Amino acid sequence: MLKSVYNWVDERLDITPIWRDVADHEVPEHVNPAHHFSAFVYCFGGLTFFITVIQILSGMFLTMYYVPDIINAYASVEFLQTKVAFGQIVRGMHHWGASLVIVMMFLHTLRVFFTGSYKAPREMNWVVGMLIFFVMIGLGLTGYLLPWDNKSYFATKVTLEIANSVPVLGPIIKELLQGGTIVGAQTLTRFFAIHVFFLPAVLLILLVGHFIMIRRQGISGPL
Amino acid sequence: MGHGGKSNEKVVFVGDSRVRKGNGFITPPDYTSYPGKSEAFIPNFLLKEWMVGVVVLVGFLVLTISEPAPLGFPANPTASVIPMPDWYFLFLYQYLKYPYASGDFIVLGTLGVPGVAFGGLLLAPFLDRGKERRFYRRPIASAIMLLSLVSIVYLTNFAWTHYKHELAKTGIKPEEERRIEKAREAREKGLPAPSNAVQTKEVAIVDKDDAGMESFKKATCISCHAADLKGASGPSLRGVGDKHDKAAILTIIKEGKKGPDGNMPPMYDTAKGAGLSDQDIDHLAEWLSKQKAEAK
Repeated sequence: MLKSVYNWVDERLDITPIWRDVADHEVPEHVNPAHHFSAFVYCFGGLTFFITVIQILSGMFLTMYYVPDIINAYASVEFLQTKVAFGQIVRGMHHWGASLVIVMMFLHTLRVFFTGSYKAPREMNWVVGMLIFFVMIGLGLTGYLLPWDNKSYFATKVTLEIANSVPVLGPIIKELLQGGTIVGAQTLTRFFAIHVFFLPAVLLILLVGHFIMIRRQGISGPL
Repeated sequence: MGHGGKSNEKVVFVGDSRVRKGNGFITPPDYTSYPGKSEAFIPNFLLKEWMVGVVVLVGFLVLTISEPAPLGFPANPTASVIPMPDWYFLFLYQYLKYPYASGDFIVLGTLGVPGVAFGGLLLAPFLDRGKERRFYRRPIASAIMLLSLVSIVYLTNFAWTHYKHELAKTGIKPEEERRIEKAREAREKGLPAPSNAVQTKEVAIVDKDDAGMESFKKATCISCHAADLKGASGPSLRGVGDKHDKAAILTIIKEGKKGPDGNMPPMYDTAKGAGLSDQDIDHLAEWLSKQKAEAK
């Protein structure tokens, strides 16, 4: 049944080459944790992607309740945390996942660094990977404000003060992020838009680039 | 899937693929020169990666269930809070506190050192251009990375212990813990979990033309609690009758109050000095105790 559906679509759209590009390739033994247990260090990249998928899914469910305005932001998060069925679990996954994704990405970066896998011809993939790192940091920074409690409010104030101290560009960056002269309603909506639309869009584009490059260049050889 | 067997081609195609060799955007890489046996990504290798993923997922879910995500009280610009960024920014946060990274050297702090560090990381492949991949044969690159790691761990740990120390010294409890405690206390009393969200419905002043209002102005209460009772440096007193009864309010007037957001000094003598009699103060307390949100 499934096969005939596949064939039906394949006859019309010729999807087999796409499938082959995505899935049908070999993986060498030195990165396979079933062959060498120490090869689990090669799993950190995949795990980062796994947690990122969890972040996207849990974040999508969170926006069903979250309201990005200064009166209701806290109230909606509190409602989600205390009243909504499994709300505490979904918010917990998004909260702890945010930390975990940083940890996994950091370990992945260290693995690539210490195995020298960023060397020619993979320089561009390293640069894209670092850009992903910065986008993730940005996601963490903007997401931290959204519950709109005192901790997030004051941390954001400090962050924006630090941004402000950059010469020439600082005040412009601060005003752009803050959307005014104080950390307030505009800041919250801006951080929400950046966290939910801008950065995830950039992240997905970079991830596609990262994966296409690893597929084209293959996995770096054993040491 | 897997190796097809008899073919002499370098790249072995799998199954019913109709794409000719060399066609398509991505040619499957050739790992025949690597030692060991390669295996198909789907399903063989992905299954193994998924097993590692499941171990991580279980740990992740145990953490999620045992440690609820923290939530404090609603943002209030006048609250006294020790600002803390998320843990992975702590090293930068701590670093910027040092004298050579702040004040006159703030540009070095915000742009100089982090710029060089993150710029170096971003451009690592163009700085470390040798062919050698093993870390112990690249002493400079490895040493710089290890040194950065040690400093990040040191700075993060320093910032965190300092924060804990500050909390102990000032006696401030983190708000996320206070919120949980408040909810537990309410539960023990059999009350529904309290909401800390800002009330959007305004609580009205009860008996606005009462003599208590006059005393409230006269006794300088308004300098902290404002003429409309909404509070300034002191908290709002609208609906204060829901929290305290008359006797408790009298005690607060006479003895002051130590609160998590600041202290109120004893105001009894000030009130007397402003010409209020004991009777007036008693009436003021009674009037305040009538300030209930639900009253008409």
